[in-house]
Amino acid sequence: MNALIISAIMGVVMMFSGVLLKQRSTIRGLALTGLFVSIVLNVAQIYGFHLFRINVTGMMSFDRFSLFFNTIAMVCTFIFFLLSAKEMEKVGLNYSDYFSLIFFILCGIILSSSFSSLLILFLGIEIISIPLYILTGSDKRNLKSNEASLKYFLLGSFSTGLMLMGITLIYGNSGSFSLEVIAESISKPEIKPGILLIAGLLLLMFSMAFKVSAAPFHFWTPDVYDGAPTVFTSFMATIVKAAVFIAFMRLFNRAFGDIHDTWKFIIAVITALTLFIGNITAVFQQSVKRMLAYSSIAQAGFMLMAVLALNSIGSEGILLYTTAYCLSTIGLFAILVKMKDYTFEGFNGFAKHQPLLAAVAVIFLLSLAGIPLTAGFLAKFYMINAVIARGGFLWLVILAVLMAAISVYYYFRVIQAMYFKEGEAQVMEVSSSFKWTIAVVAALVILLGVYPQLLFNWFYF
Amino acid sequence: MISLLLILIPLLSGVATFFFKKENAAKSWALFSSIVTLAISLLGLTVLNKTELLQFKCDWLPGLGSSFSIRLDGMGQLLCLLTAISFPLIFISTWNRTYKNAHNFFALMLLSQAGLMGVFLAMDALLFYFFWELALIPVYFLSSIWGAERRIAATFKFFIYTFVGSLLMLVGLIYLQSLTPDRSFDIKSFYALAINGKTQNWIFWLMFLAFAIKIPVFPFHSWQPDAYEQSPTAVTMVLSGIMVKMGLFAVIRWLLPVLPSASFAFGEKMISMWAIVGMIYASLLAWRQDDMKRLIAYSSIAHLGLMVVAIFSESEIGMQGVMIQMFNHGINILGLWVIVEILERKYGTRKLSELGGLAQKAPAMAIFFVVIALANIALPLTNAFVGEFMMFTGIFTSQISEYEMLTVPAAGITIILGAIYILRMVQKVIYGNTNSLTETGTDIGVNEKLVLGIIVILIIVVGVYPQPFLDLTKDTTDFILNKANLFPLFKK
Repeated sequence: MNALIISAIMGVVMMFSGVLLKQRSTIRGLALTGLFVSIVLNVAQIYGFHLFRINVTGMMSFDRFSLFFNTIAMVCTFIFFLLSAKEMEKVGLNYSDYFSLIFFILCGIILSSSFSSLLILFLGIEIISIPLYILTGSDKRNLKSNEASLKYFLLGSFSTGLMLMGITLIYGNSGSFSLEVIAESISKPEIKPGILLIAGLLLLMFSMAFKVSAAPFHFWTPDVYDGAPTVFTSFMATIVKAAVFIAFMRLFNRAFGDIHDTWKFIIAVITALTLFIGNITAVFQQSVKRMLAYSSIAQAGFMLMAVLALNSIGSEGILLYTTAYCLSTIGLFAILVKMKDYTFEGFNGFAKHQPLLAAVAVIFLLSLAGIPLTAGFLAKFYMINAVIARGGFLWLVILAVLMAAISVYYYFRVIQAMYFKEGEAQVMEVSSSFKWTIAVVAALVILLGVYPQLLFNWFYF
Repeated sequence: MISLLLILIPLLSGVATFFFKKENAAKSWALFSSIVTLAISLLGLTVLNKTELLQFKCDWLPGLGSSFSIRLDGMGQLLCLLTAISFPLIFISTWNRTYKNAHNFFALMLLSQAGLMGVFLAMDALLFYFFWELALIPVYFLSSIWGAERRIAATFKFFIYTFVGSLLMLVGLIYLQSLTPDRSFDIKSFYALAINGKTQNWIFWLMFLAFAIKIPVFPFHSWQPDAYEQSPTAVTMVLSGIMVKMGLFAVIRWLLPVLPSASFAFGEKMISMWAIVGMIYASLLAWRQDDMKRLIAYSSIAHLGLMVVAIFSESEIGMQGVMIQMFNHGINILGLWVIVEILERKYGTRKLSELGGLAQKAPAMAIFFVVIALANIALPLTNAFVGEFMMFTGIFTSQISEYEMLTVPAAGITIILGAIYILRMVQKVIYGNTNSLTETGTDIGVNEKLVLGIIVILIIVVGVYPQPFLDLTKDTTDFILNKANLFPLFKK
């Protein structure tokens, strides 16, 4: 609750800060301070400190899991600001508005990770989506950015429609928006789930699959991620996607966990398709940015395994997975923004000019590929473990690891370009504070890969 | 404590090496670190050989049932010793070679040593997997940065090949963990498992594929000649001397005792047959090679094939033969690589057709070369004779083999073929007349004499008096076979 209200206030404050503050560095400082305050207050709420006492029973519930995820999401946003806030200046004139929109998205993230009613879920997802449409199109003079924005908006609205329809049907079946009531109405083993419920469930599943860009609902992703300004792609592909996953898992765990058997096969097929299409298509990309878009689809396939497994290993795992994925991808994008040429050839000889950035990029790429000693490995390990513990989906696990092996191909192409090929990589100016920050992020990725207890100990105690 | 030091010393000194700026400093530091590791390993074998010193255990990932558990047993001792001996020898024999960004080169070498040590020490399946990959990643970078012309494609093939295998192994390991009652990755829990035959069968394939690629067993060998040829020789030494032993070692430690019925079902009837086909095929190919690196690469497939057959014969003497032969093969092939390295540095070629007459110009090298070559053919009084003799005896007298009348003669043919291609190599390199390239040849220097001398001494000492090695591995062998031979019914 603390963080939700602070973020909302910060959103409004940032909107007007552009009028009052002329210095861009002050605006940036204000945003960082606001975000820091809301992180601190959110952590305080984990330990029982409530700044606001508002009764939201039945609408939202801030349990440990959601508070913990909110912290992760906000810390990742903080890192994102530290690494890329300066780059936002280059996107367009309305510098303060971008921060404002991001704060609103954070509100949506908090809503959708803590909802206990389908209404709040809908609100959360929409509050996330609408600012994203704007951010995607924020590079106004770029045709690709405009196209991406329009495409995202049209398809996004369509999937919102699906979601609303699904919510309506489920309301028709159980007479309530509350997750508990819905779960109760379907938990009786003697009653077979009715057609209303099944249809509603499927519509909800498809619309959520759209939002996390799972195949076969992924077609918007490459174009939108490619067209959007790179700084915002970084935010969209990581923190936002992670939040929607948490919502996805929360919804299916709390409301439909008891009829897991009826829908698990569909999720398994979606997972398999996502893994397959994401990885295979990524192999053929020529631009690193587009490759990362497809890789985000592929990574979504792994995260879907937590929704399929729905057990404690899975929920622990998705926390680690989102953290590992967000940190690595934000770091990679932060480096990508500094490049003049986004193709693989643009990275040729990068290691010679920027040895530190290249080494850090290697760590991020290894983490995304799931190589041991990095957080990405343990994250994938948790997912595989969760599905095996659930039982019955060994074919999916084997497919997943084979796809992970394919992913090595395209991640390592970047490494090969940076280290083993000669060339003149064109890099923009890199400040030393940027280098320090990104080195710390890389150290975090390794630390989590060796000792993930760091994250979980804090979660449990 | 000893076991922990064996991992920590190369790991920490490897990380430190990244920060050295001078080439010579990095080189000396790496050599120093590897000698310290060797000393620790020798201490662990002799003075400090106490159970409580050889094992170490602490919590690592309690939620997943995995702990940081390492222990040196007999087989581990032998392979750690091989790793510990090899690295100083590699560093000394390639001392005169210069590398671009040498500090990175030596840092990665030491990191791969840490990974190898970890593989041989790990007593926890997840930890084992960790080190398995940790050994691979540095080698990938080493070969891709400092290798020959076609290095990028060749090493990438090698990497993808092994990575696919190891991921499938990971699935197998996780599945095994989910079957244990306490959901633990500990090796004891794995050994306590009794899994039904059908489940064993496909877990066996998930895991064996990783090992088969690493060894490599025919038909999974196609990465190997390219990778050996394109890597810098120091890395080829690591790859062929030590790294391929990871596969054999893993079969013995993680496959046979955990999945006995599947190992029995597929081992002799299928995998041994593949290995035999591979041995003959690789020997024939080795015969026709002109490049020394490729020749040795193919000979390595043939030698390791025999070890695979011996492992799956599941007899005590055969198994002990495999363990001692893993050590011997590492030493012998290292010797051959040192010779190749010298030739390549001095004459700029590895082609048999371009060399010749070196016995006149470099008599000391010629003597060492001949001894090492004879050891590779397993002549009596050399170390490989002991190993191969034991393996043949094991296969022939095994209680479970049914096709020994087929496998033993077929394997015997490859010994003859081995003599042909190795002697052909010796003949082309050191006999005959000198040509324009070798006319100005000189003999080898002190450090090369030192390395080759140590190798030759090891060859002869182990060849004449192998008993300490047999004593060392006896407990492990008995234990493994006890676990593996669960089916007295099948015995003849």
